[in-house]
Amino acid sequence: MSAMDQDTGMFKVQQTIGSVLCCKCGVPMPPNAANMCVNCLRSEVDITEGLQKSIQIFYCPECGCYLQPPKTWIKAQWESKELLTFCIKRLKNLNKVKLKNAEFVWTEPHSKRIKVKLTVQAEVLNGAVLEQSYPVEYTVRDNLCESCSRFQANPDQWVASVQLRQHVSHRRTFFYLEQLILRHDAASRAIRIQQVDQGIDFFFGNKSHANSFIEFLRKVVPIEYRQDQQLVSHDVKSSLYNYKYTYSVKICPICREDLICLPSKVASGLGNLGPLVVCTKVSDNITILDPRTLRCAFLDARQYFRSGFRSALTSRQLVKYFVFDVEAPVGEATVGGQKYALSYVQIARESDIGKMFYVQTHLGHILKSGDQALGYDIYSANVNDDEMEKYRLSVKNGLPEAILIKKCYDEQRERKKGKPRAFTTKKLPMEMDESRGARVDPEKMENEYEEFLRDLEENPELRFNISLYKNKDYQESETASMTDGEGAPTVPIEELLAELELSEEEEEGNDEEDMDE
Amino acid sequence: MATRLQFENNVEVGVFSKLTNAYCLVAIGDSENFYSAFQSELAGVIPIVKTDIGGIRSIGSLCAGNKNGLLVPHTTTDQELQHLRNSLPDQVVVQRIDERLSALGNCIACNDHVALAHPDLEKETEEIIADVLGVEVFRQTIAEKILVGSYCALSNRGGIVHPHTSVEDLNELSTLLQVPLVAGTVNRSDVVGAGIAVNDWTAFCGSDTTATELSVIDSIFKLRQAQPSSIVDEMRKSLIDTYV
Repeated sequence: MSAMDQDTGMFKVQQTIGSVLCCKCGVPMPPNAANMCVNCLRSEVDITEGLQKSIQIFYCPECGCYLQPPKTWIKAQWESKELLTFCIKRLKNLNKVKLKNAEFVWTEPHSKRIKVKLTVQAEVLNGAVLEQSYPVEYTVRDNLCESCSRFQANPDQWVASVQLRQHVSHRRTFFYLEQLILRHDAASRAIRIQQVDQGIDFFFGNKSHANSFIEFLRKVVPIEYRQDQQLVSHDVKSSLYNYKYTYSVKICPICREDLICLPSKVASGLGNLGPLVVCTKVSDNITILDPRTLRCAFLDARQYFRSGFRSALTSRQLVKYFVFDVEAPVGEATVGGQKYALSYVQIARESDIGKMFYVQTHLGHILKSGDQALGYDIYSANVNDDEMEKYRLSVKNGLPEAILIKKCYDEQRERKKGKPRAFTTKKLPMEMDESRGARVDPEKMENEYEEFLRDLEENPELRFNISLYKNKDYQESETASMTDGEGAPTVPIEELLAELELSEEEEEGNDEEDMDE
Repeated sequence: MATRLQFENNVEVGVFSKLTNAYCLVAIGDSENFYSAFQSELAGVIPIVKTDIGGIRSIGSLCAGNKNGLLVPHTTTDQELQHLRNSLPDQVVVQRIDERLSALGNCIACNDHVALAHPDLEKETEEIIADVLGVEVFRQTIAEKILVGSYCALSNRGGIVHPHTSVEDLNELSTLLQVPLVAGTVNRSDVVGAGIAVNDWTAFCGSDTTATELSVIDSIFKLRQAQPSSIVDEMRKSLIDTYV
């Protein structure tokens, strides 16, 4: 309005507020609606009348949570914002006045008292608004919350368990799964992890945790599972039932590098894929490759478990071959990011160099004469597989004598023997199952793990979802790179993560450089 | 010295009585306490008249007057008018006026020389006021309030106005009225005119008035040294003059 006045040139008289005497104490003060000075008003009226000044709250010393009745436990630190909000929420009748400010008054933590000073505003007499602050005292009582008391009673108490099994004779899949789980933190909520023969058991405190773990598994390997439950206790009055849930999860027994003879139904269903196929990759689908036609097919978990075929030969039965001659590739194909070339090679087994074989192989792109390769010796193998027998009888020319699977780097590894690797891996906190007479041989486990690490080195696509950490003890050896033209494949140093170390003197950052893929 | 009293448990004394230098009007109450309080102070000095106006007991809000005259609204019955004319001294002119704003006590604040009027009063009424009461009339507001009679208590020696009156307004009013003014409260409330009945030597206020307020009233209306006799002697002189 004053702006308008200035525009029109109107003269506005300046109004100074005079002072009147407070009607009670006579002290001069600016006039207000109650006609009393603040002190007299405060002595007349108490706006905090009827508000709660002391209250009891419950605290669980195990997990540091405060009880919000009837059942919720809220985690809060001492003198934190969450604790302040919680304390104010517990007060009743606070909606009659307006809350202006709340703050903690320092109390000794051992005293089990929390003091909060609240400043409230309310209207009194004829429209005068009065502000007053007052302290509220909270008595803290210790009371274990439900989950902590259950845990105290029986620390091994689990509600859901996931029994992961794969019925094969090696543990490669579990090593790989262990790394995947560590990378994605999928088992962070597991109470206990136990290693058993042919599998791993995971124990969870909550059915939904187990469910989310199974969802994670389903995305990385083809699985089939069933759920069972067992009644633990039953409250008749409120009809509450406590169960223990068990999930029995089976991973498909087909692994990478397995040789499979497909049943005729499956083969024709996939477009007459030659019944002898090699499994090249297992993720949530199984990728199988026909080595003679370089055709590839994908089977997902449901399709696989509908027919449930098993491999004829597994990586245990791989035999070393010497490659004498590699002819020019007659066909090339790129399947799933991997290049394959079909060519004829002359090979002989390491154990019987005299007998030469002339076979077709899909590894024409990496084999050169003088190399060593690993493959399945079908010529002299005694395969215990019905489908294989049926196929052998049905086919005219007989089965291929050998199918090469991968190149062998043993010679190059000899030179590096004894030297530590450039990378290390982390391990899950697993317990060994001693009780059931497990036939676990520690040396066998070492060998298997060594093979797994070699596998990781040779296959970059396996490393995709895994974190590998720089080995602090490893030093680059200057001589190794110069002497041999082609060394054994190793993990390039750009893919390795440095471990995060927080120490008193120095701090190493986590320098994760870009991954190749 | 100011006296504290109540009219039937109501502290608004100025609403139920009209006190001037020549006479006093009081409302008719069920008990005689109100009347006897006035009597104890004023008996024999000035006439105290018990009356209603238009059957309504809040006579202080309805009529306005000083020692020269009394103005009553058009709602006054003939009987009441006659009763007033009979009871009051002869030099007090009682006039009934026709005015839309009939609560004259709320609209007009006056002493023996000057009067403040509601800004919406009619021109005719203003002239009658000047004529009957023998005063100079000023249309004014007090702290943006138009009911000047309710928010201002005035005597020939001083006055109290609404506590929210600014300093500039206070100076302006004081210049107009030629008396010292103070912004203060009566009965702990803002409505000062309705809470107090005052003349040149005495004052009556509601029982809610605090000691501080009483001391303010005493000082501004100069009640401590005032004696009724000196003023009435002057009046008596003029009375005798007329007889003779």
